[in-house]
Amino acid sequence: MNDLEPKHPGKKKSAFSRRGFLQGVGAGTTAAGVLSVPAEAQAPKAIGPGAVPITLTINGKAMQATVEPRVTLLDCMRHYMDLTGAKRVCDRGTCGACTVIMGGKVIYACSVLAIDAQGKQIETIENLTASGKTHPLVPAFVKHDAQQCGYCTPGFVMAAKGLLDRTPSPSYDQVKDGLGGNLCRCGTYVGVRQAVLEAAKGGRNG
Amino acid sequence: MQGFEYANPATLKEATALLGNGWGDAAVLAGGTDLLTLMKEYLMSPKRVVNIKGIKELGGISKSGAGLRIGATVTVDELMSNAAVRAEYPSLVQAGRGITSPQIRNMGTVGGDLCQRPRCWYFRNGFGLLGVKDGKSLVREGENKYHAIFTGQPALFVSASSFGPALVALGAKVKLASASGTREVDAAKFFVAPQNEGAREIALLPNEILTEIVIPAARGAKNATYEVRHKDALDWPLAAASVSLSMKGATVASARVVLGHVAPTPHAAAAAESLLAGKTITEAVADEAGKAAVADAKPLSGNAYKVQLARVAVKRALLAAAGKA
Repeated sequence: MNDLEPKHPGKKKSAFSRRGFLQGVGAGTTAAGVLSVPAEAQAPKAIGPGAVPITLTINGKAMQATVEPRVTLLDCMRHYMDLTGAKRVCDRGTCGACTVIMGGKVIYACSVLAIDAQGKQIETIENLTASGKTHPLVPAFVKHDAQQCGYCTPGFVMAAKGLLDRTPSPSYDQVKDGLGGNLCRCGTYVGVRQAVLEAAKGGRNG
Repeated sequence: MQGFEYANPATLKEATALLGNGWGDAAVLAGGTDLLTLMKEYLMSPKRVVNIKGIKELGGISKSGAGLRIGATVTVDELMSNAAVRAEYPSLVQAGRGITSPQIRNMGTVGGDLCQRPRCWYFRNGFGLLGVKDGKSLVREGENKYHAIFTGQPALFVSASSFGPALVALGAKVKLASASGTREVDAAKFFVAPQNEGAREIALLPNEILTEIVIPAARGAKNATYEVRHKDALDWPLAAASVSLSMKGATVASARVVLGHVAPTPHAAAAAESLLAGKTITEAVADEAGKAAVADAKPLSGNAYKVQLARVAVKRALLAAAGKA
């Protein structure tokens, strides 16, 4: 795992972009397989394991990075794009601290490859206070003491936003279910649920 | 995670051409919720990862006279929101509801649910599917509270699939494709109890992709799933039961009763099935069926409690299917 040579981003750039890649596939381009697998004539090109340039659409902005295919969306945002709101806690799709909204749905950013997240609208916690417009979830979390150490908080807020986007006036049970994919070891669940119910009542924006 | 090369084929044909004949050659990536974890733990280190989410023909749910076709990349959330599924196959919706994380329901796919690796902690810590070290069964001699209670096989992990028991009960078929063609396997035969450490727990071969699931038309059959869980938040159930009842008026013409999370495969309870034929579902009959379903269970040192849970799961699934829950 230590001998992966990063490719020069400038070199053969178009060959590695998703669009160029797909066009290549459409044209029936053949590629010499790197593996000892029966690569048939129609096999599309595989990219990597070295770093390749990718473009992600995060909070409405196109963001570029050059990453290996093994880099997750979470690590790409945190290490390459200076977006550290989503937290890396379990890194195994269990705790929810890395929750972001992708394509309108809540997901675990640790369990998606960054290269796979191209072409999708991604929204992170950073967007909830962007352009001076604060989402009602933010003051509601403060008012209800919905955080203690705070490490799980960005994930809870994004899970809650995903829930309210889909179910603007949730019942208590719907709030509980909507936050079922997030863990808080401090045990702030009661406050979090109250905050989400209050934010729903207070109307939404963003 | 080891580095790998990544491919994003647009068609099934392209995708199957990218697979190899060994498990280490290539891995199929759909929702990623299990595969990426396995790769981070170095339990799988494929040279190539083939993303199948961009392949249109692997998505979508469609209903025809013959039944319901569910594409492999349909997410749990899509399945649970589908009107045809909700109307005819409540057992699938109930099984999906047990996956108590919206994030996993949004990412995880139906095909991935069937292909996910066991959650057995010996397997996840590198001791293989059988969990044997120095000729001794770590499962039998160690902690085994979440392991099998039907223990006649060398493998003692439990099948992790949420939809497996329901699909077996509904008589579903699983379609598999490789570069050299396609084949169809009964859901009941898709899950396999591995007899040796090199074997897999599903019938899928390394050069194949699970493409779709076909469920025969319900034709008025009633079905339900009941899971017994330790907690509301994300976890696998301790025991589950899926049932499908073909009715003749108020009596059961024939029944399928399949237990989940109690054996290396979804476990068909033949004794319960034959007991139910010709009966009307009452609380007493449902309880009797539950008792019959676990009569031949042989729990391990730490999981006798699961026998009672499985029995109750059968009873409650039957009552739910009969509308008496």
